Amino acid sequence: MAILKLTDICKDYQQGKEPVRVLKNINLTVERGEYLAIMGPSGSGKTTLMNLVGCLDVPTSGTYELDGKNLKDLNDDAMAEIRNKHIGFVFQHFHLMPKMDALDNVALPLLYAGVPLAERRERAAEALKSVGLEDRMNFLPNQLSGGQCQRVAIARAMVGKPDLLLADEPTGALDTKSGNQIMEIFRQLSNEGMTIIMITHEQSIAECADKIYHILDGELRTGDEEPEKGGGDSEEA
Amino acid sequence: MIENIRLAFQGIWSHKLRSVLTMLGIIIGIAAIITIVSTIKGTNEQIKENLIGAGNNVVTVQLNQGGYAYDMSWSSIPSGVRVITEETRQELEDISGVEKVSLYNSRSYANMVYYKNTEFSGEIYGIDENYLSVYGYQVKSGRGFTQSDYENFRKVILVDSTAVTNLFGGESPLGQSVEIQGDVFTVVGVVALSEEFAPTINSLNDYYLYADTSSGSIYMPSAVWPTAYQFDEPQNVAIKVANTDVMASAGQAAADLLTQTQIVDPDNSDFDYRSQDMLEQAQQLQSMSESTNMQLIWIAGISLLVGGIGVMNIMLVSVTERTAEIGLKKAIGAKKKRILLQFLTEAAVLTSLGGIIGVVSGIGLAQLISAMMQIPVAIDVTAILISVVFSTLIGVIFGLLPATQAANLNPIEALRRN
Repeated sequence: MAILKLTDICKDYQQGKEPVRVLKNINLTVERGEYLAIMGPSGSGKTTLMNLVGCLDVPTSGTYELDGKNLKDLNDDAMAEIRNKHIGFVFQHFHLMPKMDALDNVALPLLYAGVPLAERRERAAEALKSVGLEDRMNFLPNQLSGGQCQRVAIARAMVGKPDLLLADEPTGALDTKSGNQIMEIFRQLSNEGMTIIMITHEQSIAECADKIYHILDGELRTGDEEPEKGGGDSEEA
Repeated sequence: MIENIRLAFQGIWSHKLRSVLTMLGIIIGIAAIITIVSTIKGTNEQIKENLIGAGNNVVTVQLNQGGYAYDMSWSSIPSGVRVITEETRQELEDISGVEKVSLYNSRSYANMVYYKNTEFSGEIYGIDENYLSVYGYQVKSGRGFTQSDYENFRKVILVDSTAVTNLFGGESPLGQSVEIQGDVFTVVGVVALSEEFAPTINSLNDYYLYADTSSGSIYMPSAVWPTAYQFDEPQNVAIKVANTDVMASAGQAAADLLTQTQIVDPDNSDFDYRSQDMLEQAQQLQSMSESTNMQLIWIAGISLLVGGIGVMNIMLVSVTERTAEIGLKKAIGAKKKRILLQFLTEAAVLTSLGGIIGVVSGIGLAQLISAMMQIPVAIDVTAILISVVFSTLIGVIFGLLPATQAANLNPIEALRRN
């Protein structure tokens, strides 16, 4: 069964007086356990798509079904709950809490899910262990390398056992070696059955996924149909 | 919640200087209020203590004519007023809260009282056996009155230490003879209040109260009073009660009882008995000092308001600074209420801490003022509790706007700003 189904999704932004259509009739179905990459140059609408899929934003028109449930007309708190329970986020710049150690950072989503402290700690420790950071649990983010920070962020995304892992340029701020480490973890998660959607502008990173989509001027295409204005993939810095 | 409080302390600690500066308004406001309240309370307690004497809870009931104390020196007992009998005395002792009753004669200004060539201008009393213990006097030297002094109408007197100074030039008066209204009396003892009476003169009222007792007093057994003065003078009643709370009610009850039993046709008489509750006078003095200090409290309140606005300002800056943090928290599932609560808690912890520091420095300041200017201070626990609660409230009120702003942040916008 499809974990995620987008039908005729459009998204307009008000820019000055004129509404600008950022996403045009997006149709996307993702099966449970799929690992796909979405590529596109800056301004192509890939971050907007990411925000919609991640329930951080609502579409102007079209329907979004997550795990068979139509997410129409949900209020902020209901969206927050969906993000908390079903979606794990990994960002380019990690977004770790600077004053919290790795363990507390990873445990944070569980706090919002109402999990008691002892269990939070236990599950966070487990998640950190699965990304190979069991010996860095009490380190603050500024005591960790970029690659380690991103692994903490992955542990945080996975600790709530989400249905979907959303990664926005997960290697964008990392060197190649650390980036490859992250890709290895993603591969392993995918093998364990996790559904992963990754946004990137790097071909080499995108190729780690099972399936590549391209987005250009708000239109989504599968990897088979190469974008007409190809080669723009590496424009984004 | 505990998590929020912990985080709030963490945040305050990591911005020490900023936190202290933010709290400064609250600290100054609360410290000022605590200092003022402590000073008011200290002054009030001193007034109360000086007027009614610590632990000396005595109400005086006097015969009044047309609303003013009856002047004893004019004549003997006026027509329409009876002499207080032993039965009435018993009834007075039965009033609830009453511990002891003393009946006595008095002259506010003695005349024709001489020791050698010195005239005495203090007060003179004809006292019963209870008088000294009711008012809390102790015999300092010589002896007190005995049963036989009363039975044998002995012309003996006691003097207080002020009279010793004024009349005897500070020398021992024991055995000396004093002429009162042409009769010779022998001094047998010196009395003083068991509690040291140390008046503070803060107002004209205080001065009169103090001046009243400043020339000293002479006491003779009530049995010999008619020898020096007149028969059947109306007696004053001093009632010692169990505690200050029942002073007014017991005094009133005694006055009512005396008016009913001692005055013939009390409804149409010019005379009645009235209680003179020192506590009442103390309260009048206290309300005077309180009303002036209330204005100071208002000014301190304005400082609290300014402090609150300062807190709001810093919290708004803090929300802007932590946009990314708020965005991330919302992205991983923090609901509005939680973000709101986090910032409210932070503001409240900040101001409560300011309040506590303010209370401590206020107490310190009050002690300092007390030491430097001889103003008595008393720490008021209620004021401390109210101050801390109030400062927490300031945090909640002025934190509301920044916290709402934080809670309503759009997570996309918030995450974009890095």
